[in-house]
Amino acid sequence: MAFKVIKPGLMALIQDLGRHGHQSIGLTTGGPMDEMAFRWGNALLDNDPNNTQIEITFGMLTLEAQADTSIAITGADLATSLNGKSITPWQTYAIKKNDVLTFQQPVWGLRAYLAVKGGFLCQPVLGSVATVVREKLGGLTGKGDKLQKGDWLEYKASSEHKQRAVPRSAIPDYSQTDIPLVLSYQYQSFSSMERAHFFSSDFTVSSNSDRMGYRMEGNAITSDIKGIISEGIAYGAVQIPKDGQPIVLLRDRQTIGGYPKMGCVTSYGGGILSQKKPGDVIQFTPMTVDQAEHERHLKMARLNQWR
Amino acid sequence: MSQIDASTLPSIDMVSDHACLLTFSQVINETVSNRIAQLTHHLKRLNGVVDLVPSYTTLLVVFDGDHYDRFAIIKAIRHVITNIDPNEPLQTDCREIVIPVYYGKEVGPDLSDVSNHCQLTEEEIIQRHSETIYRAYAVGFTPGFAFLGNTPNELHIPRKNTPRLKVPIGSVAIAENQTAVYPSVTPGGWQIIGRTPLNLIDWGSENLALIAMGDSVRFEPISRDEFLVLGGQLDGF
Repeated sequence: MAFKVIKPGLMALIQDLGRHGHQSIGLTTGGPMDEMAFRWGNALLDNDPNNTQIEITFGMLTLEAQADTSIAITGADLATSLNGKSITPWQTYAIKKNDVLTFQQPVWGLRAYLAVKGGFLCQPVLGSVATVVREKLGGLTGKGDKLQKGDWLEYKASSEHKQRAVPRSAIPDYSQTDIPLVLSYQYQSFSSMERAHFFSSDFTVSSNSDRMGYRMEGNAITSDIKGIISEGIAYGAVQIPKDGQPIVLLRDRQTIGGYPKMGCVTSYGGGILSQKKPGDVIQFTPMTVDQAEHERHLKMARLNQWR
Repeated sequence: MSQIDASTLPSIDMVSDHACLLTFSQVINETVSNRIAQLTHHLKRLNGVVDLVPSYTTLLVVFDGDHYDRFAIIKAIRHVITNIDPNEPLQTDCREIVIPVYYGKEVGPDLSDVSNHCQLTEEEIIQRHSETIYRAYAVGFTPGFAFLGNTPNELHIPRKNTPRLKVPIGSVAIAENQTAVYPSVTPGGWQIIGRTPLNLIDWGSENLALIAMGDSVRFEPISRDEFLVLGGQLDGF
């Protein structure tokens, strides 16, 4: 049983929590750009945390159900409708055979997550279904393809449905503009003046942003060093290339690189950033490792207690 | 107990809430690279470690911050480092790899530029390039792309001013003191001097990538006919 893809959308990708353990050969992880939204989707349906979902960027996607099931929608509000009737994200919906689900375009945020009871059924490659278009890996075909018209998104039919919604206070605020960053890597190679500059400036999300990295436009930040010996790049690393315009490296990032880095945005902050569109303005806020760990544990505890 | 000198212990710095960077040295050399390869091998088995990114002088350790405490992880890493048997063969799973290369102008369009820049004949370039045993200092850029060093001094040449938009699969190239093989079609600015018929990356194989960090690599010149028999393709330029 399956959803049939009537309109494929701008970029709808099969994702799980990512392909881990292969970065030593240069293979990136992939995975959901907004991890908390993804985790809530599976929690709402009592799924395994790693069950396969669809990450819908921007919208323009129409699906038709071939069997009954229960779904959860989290993340952005993409002007979604069920059989023509408008519905809101961060809750579950019962799906009947022949129902039509449509995601139009962003009202709030950029990426929505569609989870189905039991997860979408998809053959993993190297232990994960995560689609990485650049590396031609994962997804329905195993070759990194985004959803195409006529694709079948298989699931196990189920008539069981629980009406559930994420508590309002646990829903992230996508209008938040401060993105927390842990100072690390080469931050000491930036003078205190440049650091102050970095944390007090507005940066605009460039149109040249994608799942690999978000490019920022703003006052150029200069480092006392031009390059470093190439080293491993952690999720959220903020690289400052020669032109001084920061690049936040996200799920599909390259594994190693030789530009100085200011630190890493937190996984929660990276999720918020991933919901921003070109032209949106953000600021970076310094955070200690302690605070970042604390923030993550609180969000995870909230989710796990609710489960 | 091992005879570990405290000055050779890597520094360990948290870079985010779920990753720490081990820095072994500020200079690139074979001893440092051996130690990183060895520790990478040992840390693969440590509970809570999700991913490892070894490079020239550093090792990034990504761990499961939801289930493991960072202080406990760092303590466990230190424990592994200080308990490595000093008599253990240094590279536990490093191999020696021979890569056949057809050094011809039709697949190595930068051979004449390299020849002019280095003041060597094309034959001399091929000889110098293939008589050296290289070491894989890092793997990255794209899956399976191994940074191999060091090329002989006479072969040092800067990257091209304008990178090519599409470098064909299997292209063998040099830049600065490094050489590499392009595992997939990507943009690239290195000087291309030949091509191998071997697959550098195979998602169906056990190792996935032909070359891993720490491996020794040698290039072996083959003729145009041998290249074609081995399945080499001449297209792409």
